Amino acid sequence: MSAIENVSRRGFLKGLVAAGGLVLAVRFYPEIAGHERAPGSNQADLAKFHPNVFLGINPDGTVYIVAHRSEMGTTSRTSLPLVVADELDADWKRVKIEQAIGDPKYGSQNTDGSQSIRGFYDVMRMAGATGRLMLIQAAARQWGVDPAQCATEMHVVVHQATNRKLGYGELATAASKLPVPAIADIKLKPKSAWRYIGKGSPSYDLEALCTGKAVFGMDGQLDGMVYASIEHPPVLGGKVKSVDDQEALKVAGVRQTVQIDPYQPPPAFQPLGGIAVIADNTWAAFQGRKKLKIDWDNGANESYDSEAYKKELQETARKPAKVVRSEGDVDAAFAKGGKIIEADYYVPLLAHASMEPMVALAEFKDGRATIWAPTQNPQAVQDIVSQELHIAKENVICHVTLLGGGFGRKSKPDYVAEAAVLSKKLNKPVKVVWTREDDIKFDYYNAVAAMHMKAAMGEKGKPSAWLQRSVFPPITSIFDVNAVYGDPGHLQQGWTDIPYDLPNLRVENGAAKAHVRIGWLRSVANIYHAFAVQCFTDELAHASGRDAVDYQLDLLGKPRIVDLKNTNYPNYGAPYDVYPIDTARLINVMQMAAEKSGWGKRRLGKRAGLGFAAHRSFLTYVATVVEVEVDDQGEIKIPRVDTVVDAGLVVNPEATHAQFQGAAVFGTSVVKTGEITATKGAIDQSNFQDYPVARMNEAPYQTNVYLVESDAPPAGVGEPGVPPFVAALCNAIFAATGKRIRELPLSKNKLV
Amino acid sequence: MIQLKVNGIQRSFDGDPQMPLLWYLRDELRLTGTKFGCGIALCGACTAHKNGEAIRSCVTPMSTLAGAEITTIEGLSENGLHPVQKAWIQVNVPQCGYCQPGQMMQAAALLKSKKNPSDADIDDAMSGNICRCGTYQRIRVAIKAAAEAQT
Repeated sequence: MSAIENVSRRGFLKGLVAAGGLVLAVRFYPEIAGHERAPGSNQADLAKFHPNVFLGINPDGTVYIVAHRSEMGTTSRTSLPLVVADELDADWKRVKIEQAIGDPKYGSQNTDGSQSIRGFYDVMRMAGATGRLMLIQAAARQWGVDPAQCATEMHVVVHQATNRKLGYGELATAASKLPVPAIADIKLKPKSAWRYIGKGSPSYDLEALCTGKAVFGMDGQLDGMVYASIEHPPVLGGKVKSVDDQEALKVAGVRQTVQIDPYQPPPAFQPLGGIAVIADNTWAAFQGRKKLKIDWDNGANESYDSEAYKKELQETARKPAKVVRSEGDVDAAFAKGGKIIEADYYVPLLAHASMEPMVALAEFKDGRATIWAPTQNPQAVQDIVSQELHIAKENVICHVTLLGGGFGRKSKPDYVAEAAVLSKKLNKPVKVVWTREDDIKFDYYNAVAAMHMKAAMGEKGKPSAWLQRSVFPPITSIFDVNAVYGDPGHLQQGWTDIPYDLPNLRVENGAAKAHVRIGWLRSVANIYHAFAVQCFTDELAHASGRDAVDYQLDLLGKPRIVDLKNTNYPNYGAPYDVYPIDTARLINVMQMAAEKSGWGKRRLGKRAGLGFAAHRSFLTYVATVVEVEVDDQGEIKIPRVDTVVDAGLVVNPEATHAQFQGAAVFGTSVVKTGEITATKGAIDQSNFQDYPVARMNEAPYQTNVYLVESDAPPAGVGEPGVPPFVAALCNAIFAATGKRIRELPLSKNKLV
Repeated sequence: MIQLKVNGIQRSFDGDPQMPLLWYLRDELRLTGTKFGCGIALCGACTAHKNGEAIRSCVTPMSTLAGAEITTIEGLSENGLHPVQKAWIQVNVPQCGYCQPGQMMQAAALLKSKKNPSDADIDDAMSGNICRCGTYQRIRVAIKAAAEAQT
């Protein structure tokens, strides 16, 4: 029975995700009475009328909508169900959101890459519209009329000719007996009839978040659970040589210590290994850990020193490297002589530092692992826990709590695997709690990167040749110890996708070996690539005596679709014909940003300046103008930011504004203080005193966000704000002080 | 044995007197609205009130709390929502929301001492509370809205 259920439900999703006019598989709806509730099943699964995995309606009229993506502050847990509710014509006040466990039947649950809306907008519309059509059919059958004569109003089906009405709850049982219609028979609402799409809604959890009732991973509790704090090897790949836990065991509340095996290379999402202190409460576990005496074998990465490594990267960036995109003949153009401008840029390792440190609760019992965790990817949790515990994936039930920030760190479930491993060893529920120090020292860092830029200046300063070369340890190194080159998925981020219309262009990538875990962090490679391209563009504009916006418009040339046929360019996984690099859209946001910010017209005080940058990432076009003031001590203030966004169709404008306001603050941290370094393979930083992030008195005072009205397919909003902000801020600092920022963070530069 | 009041309820504590209030609240009383962020008073996620003043519960040992009256986000308002909470909802402040109980506790303490805080007052009072999502602009608007609603 459950096999049929799975097959048909999975069929629903496949029908929508795959191309072509596929038909929904025959629906299976569970009879509730006598039906044992499957582990992790939710109210939508159990509801009387359950036309697909995302939707359930009960006879009392309650609509359950499943949120299968993780909520870390981007409001996707609200915005996707809002799309279902719109197509269903449901009353949002009668909607209850159910958070999905990890299960491939939902499609990808990996909440990263700014792709929740773009990946599932169509699926959500179909999920709601299917329910709506079946409710109409059920009502029409009861009235003995043609369904075509019926329509819906909020939460009711109406027979217009006779003004008869039946509520969704009243129809749930009858609708549950109908076959699921074919996709071809389902009509989506016209835009004019949308209730919620494009209007948005505050977070479903808003009141819970404001009253302390919202449940994050840190808040997970089970009767009989113990707390664990883990001393990890200080150097990646290190192992315990010996441990003396005598003093630790004397701490009141400490029960025992447990050794966790080191990972087998490559690290991927495996636990790092180390010694876990098991205690009756978090504090006792932390205290016990401080008393451990461990002798480590640090392994090969002990030779890693970030200062020496930086020089290596910078030297590599000055030498010819692997060509990843080429137009025309750059060498011939450079050989012609004339004015050549070169510059080198550098961005260090960055840590995520989400406010909620890594934490997970696991209970291993009867061959099954049940997890409660703040994870961006519950399916990856299933994979790694199944691998570590040698159990089938189906026996890993991963409940997803709210996330106290994620920024990409919580896509990597090493910390969840730790809890599962410990629970199996101890045969009781275990909550693993990382300290802030653990979070900073054992991150998957955004790659350190060195970029070399070179241009031959032609007429009016427009480059006749352009060379850019970046060198960074790739994210793929966590899956392949030999990986040293950027993969196309990260080279596309602000590098191979450079949209300038230049006759001679070459994009290169040099090799770099990783000595720490590298991972994706909000905006990923776009941060360092856009920093180099957009700051270098500003340098060239200045060297040519031209306005920065006009100059960049000149480099873009006539509006066009950028031709990347000869480049390995994955376009964030989206089809290029649907989401091409359309420079008309880039030009539009640039011109709007200039206008909205009063570019070239604003009067600014002494040592104040405006900086401009524009960048497409995650399929969204953004242009940003930052105003900066620099005081006598070289401290910066950011009174105002104007950012214009073309993200295609925007489901939740309010939440989108919030994402771009937040991106400006995140970018401020990157520019001002973001820097992770290592000595003898161990990370130097530990907490907010040496890895500071922007506080209220440093953050932009006012970020104005303008969304371009668009019917283009939806694109990303969580990440695209950071890269242009970072570059625009650095360009503003130049405008204010005449000092070029080529190395981040700002503390490496003397401004006055 | 340490006697104290938490959200108006009399409690007695006989554990490790060095244990910070944060872990007593979270692990023993299961009042999980007060959050763990840094453990060394650098981020403000653990902010609670001791006798009406904002404190960092992560560095406040239980030994210092004999006779104290502690208020957490769960007890900020005796009935309904506190003006700060209402303003937070009205302005739609939270993103992930993890730091927001601490932000609201800090803001509530600010508004008790300054009925109409200036931007500089807000910077002074709130810069100990980190929000990694970057909701500061809305926090400022919400504090001003709460101040206005109170007068």
